[in-house]
Amino acid sequence: MNPMPASEAMVFSPAVPEIFLACAAMALLMIGVFRRSDESRTLSTLSVATLAIAFVLVVIFGREPARAFEGLFIVDQFAVFMKALVLIGSASAIVLAVRFNANEGLDRFEYPVIVVLATLGMMMMISANDFIALYLGLELQSLSLYVLAAFRRDSVRSTEAGLKYFVLGALSSGLLLYGASLIYGFAGSTGFDALARVLAAGAPESTWIGVVFGLVFVSAGLAFKVSAVPFHMWTPDVYEGAPTPVTAFFAVAPKVAAVALFLRVLTGPFGPLVADWQQVIVVISVGSMLIGAFAAIVQTNIKRLMAYSSIGHVGYAFVGLAAGTEAGVRGVLIYMAIYLFMNLGTFACILCMRQNGRMVEDIEDLAGLSKTHPMVAAAMGTFMFSMAGIPPLAGFFGKVYVFLPAIEAGLVTLAVIGVLTSVVSCFYYLRIVKIMYFDEVVEPFDRPIGREVGAILWATGLVILLFIVYPAPILAPATTAAASLFGG
Amino acid sequence: MYAAAVFLPLLAATIAGLFGRQIGDRGAQLVTCSAICVSALLSVIIFVEVALGGEARQIELFEWIRSGTFEASWALRFDTLSAVMLIVVTFVSAAVHIYSIGYMHHDPHVPRFMAYLSLFTFSMLMLVTADNLLQLFFGWEGVGLCSYLLIGFWFDRPSANAAAIKAFIVNRVGDFGFALGILSVYFIFDSIVFDTIFAAAPQHAGTVMSFLDLDLPALEIACFLLFIGAMGKSAQLGLHTWLPDAMEGPTPVSALIHAATMVTAGVFMVARLSPLFEYAPGTLGFVAFIGATTAFFAATVGLVQNDIKRVIAYSTCSQLGYMFFAAGVSAYPAAIFHLMTHAFFKALLFLGAGSVIHAMSDEQDMQKMGGIWRMIPVTYVLMWIGSLALAGIPIFAGYYSKDMILESAWGAHTGIGDYAFWMGIAAAVMTAFYSWRLIFMTFHGQPRASEIVMAHVHESPPVMIGPLVFLAIGAVFAGLVGYEAFVGDGMHRFWGDSILILPEHRAMEAAHHAPAWVKLLPLVMGVTGIALAWLFYMAAPGLPGRLAGSLKPLYLFLLNKWYFDELYDRIFVRPAFALGRGLWKGGDGAIIDGLGPDGLAATTRRIAVQTSRLQSGYVYHYAFAMLIGVVMLISWYLYRQGM
Repeated sequence: MNPMPASEAMVFSPAVPEIFLACAAMALLMIGVFRRSDESRTLSTLSVATLAIAFVLVVIFGREPARAFEGLFIVDQFAVFMKALVLIGSASAIVLAVRFNANEGLDRFEYPVIVVLATLGMMMMISANDFIALYLGLELQSLSLYVLAAFRRDSVRSTEAGLKYFVLGALSSGLLLYGASLIYGFAGSTGFDALARVLAAGAPESTWIGVVFGLVFVSAGLAFKVSAVPFHMWTPDVYEGAPTPVTAFFAVAPKVAAVALFLRVLTGPFGPLVADWQQVIVVISVGSMLIGAFAAIVQTNIKRLMAYSSIGHVGYAFVGLAAGTEAGVRGVLIYMAIYLFMNLGTFACILCMRQNGRMVEDIEDLAGLSKTHPMVAAAMGTFMFSMAGIPPLAGFFGKVYVFLPAIEAGLVTLAVIGVLTSVVSCFYYLRIVKIMYFDEVVEPFDRPIGREVGAILWATGLVILLFIVYPAPILAPATTAAASLFGG
Repeated sequence: MYAAAVFLPLLAATIAGLFGRQIGDRGAQLVTCSAICVSALLSVIIFVEVALGGEARQIELFEWIRSGTFEASWALRFDTLSAVMLIVVTFVSAAVHIYSIGYMHHDPHVPRFMAYLSLFTFSMLMLVTADNLLQLFFGWEGVGLCSYLLIGFWFDRPSANAAAIKAFIVNRVGDFGFALGILSVYFIFDSIVFDTIFAAAPQHAGTVMSFLDLDLPALEIACFLLFIGAMGKSAQLGLHTWLPDAMEGPTPVSALIHAATMVTAGVFMVARLSPLFEYAPGTLGFVAFIGATTAFFAATVGLVQNDIKRVIAYSTCSQLGYMFFAAGVSAYPAAIFHLMTHAFFKALLFLGAGSVIHAMSDEQDMQKMGGIWRMIPVTYVLMWIGSLALAGIPIFAGYYSKDMILESAWGAHTGIGDYAFWMGIAAAVMTAFYSWRLIFMTFHGQPRASEIVMAHVHESPPVMIGPLVFLAIGAVFAGLVGYEAFVGDGMHRFWGDSILILPEHRAMEAAHHAPAWVKLLPLVMGVTGIALAWLFYMAAPGLPGRLAGSLKPLYLFLLNKWYFDELYDRIFVRPAFALGRGLWKGGDGAIIDGLGPDGLAATTRRIAVQTSRLQSGYVYHYAFAMLIGVVMLISWYLYRQGM
């Protein structure tokens, strides 16, 4: 990395989207407080609009790679790609919640505002170029998420979920900070650019060990956020306890942001140590794939099932990361993009699971869905097949793009384990299809499913179905994003 | 025009098969019958141009496969041989199509039946006009498929399904040999196009191919394998068991496929490949041996069968044996000549039998017939004509062709030729005997059917009698008319290049100079057979029973068809079942399912239960897991560093 030019010292323009989002969040909060109405539809609409504007700003101000705040903050194609995904995920989470919150007596204006704040945190994480900046973004995000998890204050399960998440999240933050301080102690800097310079130059053995120890701790802290094994144990409890739209949000946006962090930290400052961290990532990846595949089989609650499914998916994404190559990172990006759409769609389907005005969450409740709600069942079936990785759906290609680089990097065993676990995971995905299509209806779900949910279903379903025909909108930006991480 | 003759039946089959519901029974009958009649007319023109005019030609339709040196096109080959076959196939097929209008008019699946018949005709035409071995194989399998479909036409009868499957499987054995034969031809000649391999055959007469460290004469092997295919299709001894069972199909099918055309495909194939077989004298000997033995064997079995169609079926088997031993002594023209005459009189016999069955309310057991000749006189007369032709009584068609075959066998002056001659003579007596046994049992004596059935006995409608009369004309005159051209002095000019007989194989020439006793013996034998049948079933009706009683072992041996089915059941079917059951229960069920799907699934579920048990719900467990996780990751890392 070149020493940064003096002119970059106090440049703000790369951070315009974040600054806008911060201001907008404050404004939304004010509007909510002073409107004296608990009705959240208006604020939800405004929040989605805010996120949409942020999206446009991200694209506009992300054209050229740039640094800001004396190198603490970085914008490149990679950041743009990840931020775009996060924004899509957050906006969808707000859209999905509108009707749910109204029905469930959760109609409070804080929900969209907190989502926007969390999004701000995630964007900071994605653009962090220094451990201090990283921690800042991470904590902003995490604090918002703790609140969201416990959003249904009158429910024991929801508050328990929030509390668990908070306690364990604090522990993980501690691990992360401890790791960061170790790294600072041994390498002499918290900035990613400086670290990269030091580590590329090579260091004596004692220093090396210290840095790697620090890296393992940092990885542990980050692994918690992406719910990778063995830091995954909060996931099923929190996913089950939190209100469903919150779960949907958890399953997509924070994951994308944390994976982005992982990618940036490991390939950026610690790129020279690829041989070292590769072993750690392989272990995490294998563990996640195994737990994700096996533990999900006996679940009866669909949200818990989705929790294990998301653990498994992180494992697959890490197969690409373990390769440590540009192709591998590109695979991870594609995988996360497809994962985002699959998950949003699936949660949209789960939000349709309502009998007599009451949400139900058992897998068995889906029985005979194909007869009562053929379109929802078809969409759900599509997502399940896609998650199981069956061609020609998008999920299959996601797996292809992570497994191939791993094989090219010589990680054949890892790829084989990945394929085998996805065979195991087919069982519970296809069981859902079987229940929907071949079991008898016990009690039909309520109608109508709602316009917002329907729109999300259509949009995500089309993305998953049409990827094979027209993959360019995901492939091309993912390719340039991965290149920017390695080239720049 | 040439292509139209072949493809019209396909077109008709497609229309009747796919749109049978729309066009109805009448429409399907109209479409298929008119297509086949037009095809028959075109065949006559082709015959005149190609066979009589001597203008052999090939018509290339389009390329099929090109891969390396392997080339196969869809091409139609018209020479005298295929022109003769065209005539036989389309004429008999047309007669059967029309006959079926009457015979099948009660059946609820008329369009399907007509479509199958037309599809069969197309396949058969493809077979006889093939220009390369692969196309021949296409037609070969096509007729096999149609045969399967038509034997099992009444799919609600278990016996019909079993017979269809049996025919298919037994033919598989032969076809496997045939396929291997084609492969070895390609191996030897690097081509499967007839012209190429025929031209190259003389150079390869001495070629050897090495198999399992044995140097084997290549052409002999190829021809032998090809003949295995012919044995399957033409129901020769060993692979004949399917033919009698195939009588489960509707009678028109038996007449068309299992008497006149498909079963003769093997004979046609040997004649078509005569330029190869001529250089494989060992295989020719084998062909003659199998043919002669089959002729004798099938005739003996035919003596004691009681099902009217089975008698004729064994007769077919026996007559095919005649054709094969003719081919085996290089008398291919005689074989094809007999093929043609046989097609007419055997189709006549079958359709006549169908007419009898029709009259007797679907009764096929001759022991329950008798005394009906006055009630169905036309059928009676036609059956007489067919039988006279079959027995080889002068002026009827069979006389010329069968005598020619026997004289050729004698004229070969080889050990195998003499064997074939005497077997053929023995078979001739029996042929005459069982033919008249059939006539006497069916038409004469006391009525043995119930009164209700007897009251219903009626002559068949004109649409059924018409084709019979047409076939009868063929059965009477085909031999007389064709003799000169097919096997007489005009033989070489007539056949042209389509059949090759090496100059040293002189059986045909010698046949014309056979002594008087050789020429007379078959006739004497035929008359003897008829006389014996009269003695047994008219003059002294008690005799057969006494004879059967005193020669019980022999009678049972014949009645049970030499125990071939039982033997095969013991040697092949039951072990195959046992092996299959063993692999299924033990191999697939216990081992593969047990360890694989079932065992793996059970293990998976166990693991799943255990992993989800880790999820206790206590925060301190989770925190502990995280810290242990970090420790483990670092330990793992250090461990790897140490390595």
